Amino acid sequence: MSTVLNAPVFVEAPEPAFQPGPAGTHITIRGLTKYFAGWPLYEDFDLDIPKHKIVSVFGPNGCGKSTLINMIAGLVPIDKGQILFDGKSLQDTKIGYVFQNYREAMFPWMRTIDNIAYPLKLQGKSKAEVERRMAELVASFDVKFDLNRYPYELSGGQQQTASIMRALAPNPEVLFLDEPFSALDFEMTLFIREKLQEVFMQTRTTMVLVSHDLEEAVYLADQVLLLTKRPTKVAEILPYDDPRPRTTVTLSEPSFVKAKKLSLEIFQREVRR
Amino acid sequence: MQAAKPWSPPASAGAPTQTAKTDWTKALPVIGPVVLFIIWDLVVRLGFIKPILLPAPLDALGTLITGLAGGPLLGDFLITVWRTVQAFLIAALVGMPLGIVLGSTEKAYRSVEFLIDFFRSTPSSALIPLFLMIFGVSDINKVAIAAFGALLIVIFNSAYGVINARKQRVMAAKVMGATRWQVFRDVLVWESLQPSFVGLRSAVSMALVIVIVAEMFIGADSGLGNRIINSQQVMNVKDMYASILAAGALGYALNVLFLLVEKRIVHWSGR
Repeated sequence: MSTVLNAPVFVEAPEPAFQPGPAGTHITIRGLTKYFAGWPLYEDFDLDIPKHKIVSVFGPNGCGKSTLINMIAGLVPIDKGQILFDGKSLQDTKIGYVFQNYREAMFPWMRTIDNIAYPLKLQGKSKAEVERRMAELVASFDVKFDLNRYPYELSGGQQQTASIMRALAPNPEVLFLDEPFSALDFEMTLFIREKLQEVFMQTRTTMVLVSHDLEEAVYLADQVLLLTKRPTKVAEILPYDDPRPRTTVTLSEPSFVKAKKLSLEIFQREVRR
Repeated sequence: MQAAKPWSPPASAGAPTQTAKTDWTKALPVIGPVVLFIIWDLVVRLGFIKPILLPAPLDALGTLITGLAGGPLLGDFLITVWRTVQAFLIAALVGMPLGIVLGSTEKAYRSVEFLIDFFRSTPSSALIPLFLMIFGVSDINKVAIAAFGALLIVIFNSAYGVINARKQRVMAAKVMGATRWQVFRDVLVWESLQPSFVGLRSAVSMALVIVIVAEMFIGADSGLGNRIINSQQVMNVKDMYASILAAGALGYALNVLFLLVEKRIVHWSGR
């Protein structure tokens, strides 16, 4: 048996050349593939996420909204593909991440202030630098509660505020938020939503927000990324350009209502498909 | 029961609205022991059990108090405490770091898991003859076997504390750029503290049990175990019961002490 019969035929196909996104793109995702239990969740998925914008991710249950941002943030390994931040890899990029479950994201053995300073300490910042940044954050979030308390002594909204502060402490290039409001009561949701918008207007940090509330997704977004059922593709990217700061008045503007209605139509079309 | 009066949790016993009931709820924990002592006393008084087998409770308590207040019981008590503390310290100082390291490299833990589970399930007293062969009839022997029994409990609990660490906290640290070592130092070690304390508390009880057993049966000439068996042989029941009560009080005190320490150190536990 020295010859191989029916040897598989390989074609020396060149790797497809990397296609950069349009100007103003921050994160480029090319050929992203992810299998879950043998089934494709994402297959050859391409996406450009713009810089200095808020992108809301919305889609049917189980389409992998959170998985998408977790893969971009490096929390879930990908099977194939390439994700670049301004042409750099994740290792060379500072990111922040806000978890849905703040209770299990904060470190209860540290005081809240030390939780927020933790990413700075990881970077080896001096005490003076850490203190300066803390003062800055406290001012820009207009914190009214005692940061010397332990996280479990704070209310849910205060804890989530603290974990957003922690994510923003190192001035990340991108901030990922995985359903950050879904464990909070309505009052706190409104409050933190406004804070988030304020911070965005100050810093113009690129944000990717997963939401299960369409109104909230549209309200905060510059772009609404609508996904299909699995295997997940981009159903539509809807721009929404109403000026900031958006307020409760915005919610009844015709442009907002139109954007929300259109998103809902696309969503329903995808769910029924 | 609920229809008559709303049940109030013990924590709110000091609530000002219930001043009339406060004395009662505070007295609740005392009721059990008092009832036991009354029954005990009646049983002796009415002659159900001969006084040669069971002394009156006040006699036993009196012997306990005079014994611990500088009598010979105090010496044996302190020796047992010292052996238990030694065994416990060995178990804690070796077991906690070992358990945490094993837990953080799960493959390492899986490879020794069977051994730990097997010897953890083996009654340590069954190993006394084996330890006799290794260490001889010495003081070290008693400490060694107690330390061995306690060690396995500590390793097991610390390792599982790390293995079951909240994945999200680990992820949070990683996404902030923590290295493997930083995740270990800043998250895994802390996450394992609470289960480790559960382990330490069981370990100190285990150490006490084995020390007492070893004092009874491995040619000891001191310690509470030795005292209990000696008094039994000469039918000095007052002293025997006093020693048993002393051993019980010691076990209870150690448990309470650990709960207090745990509450201080693992202040976030259960929140």
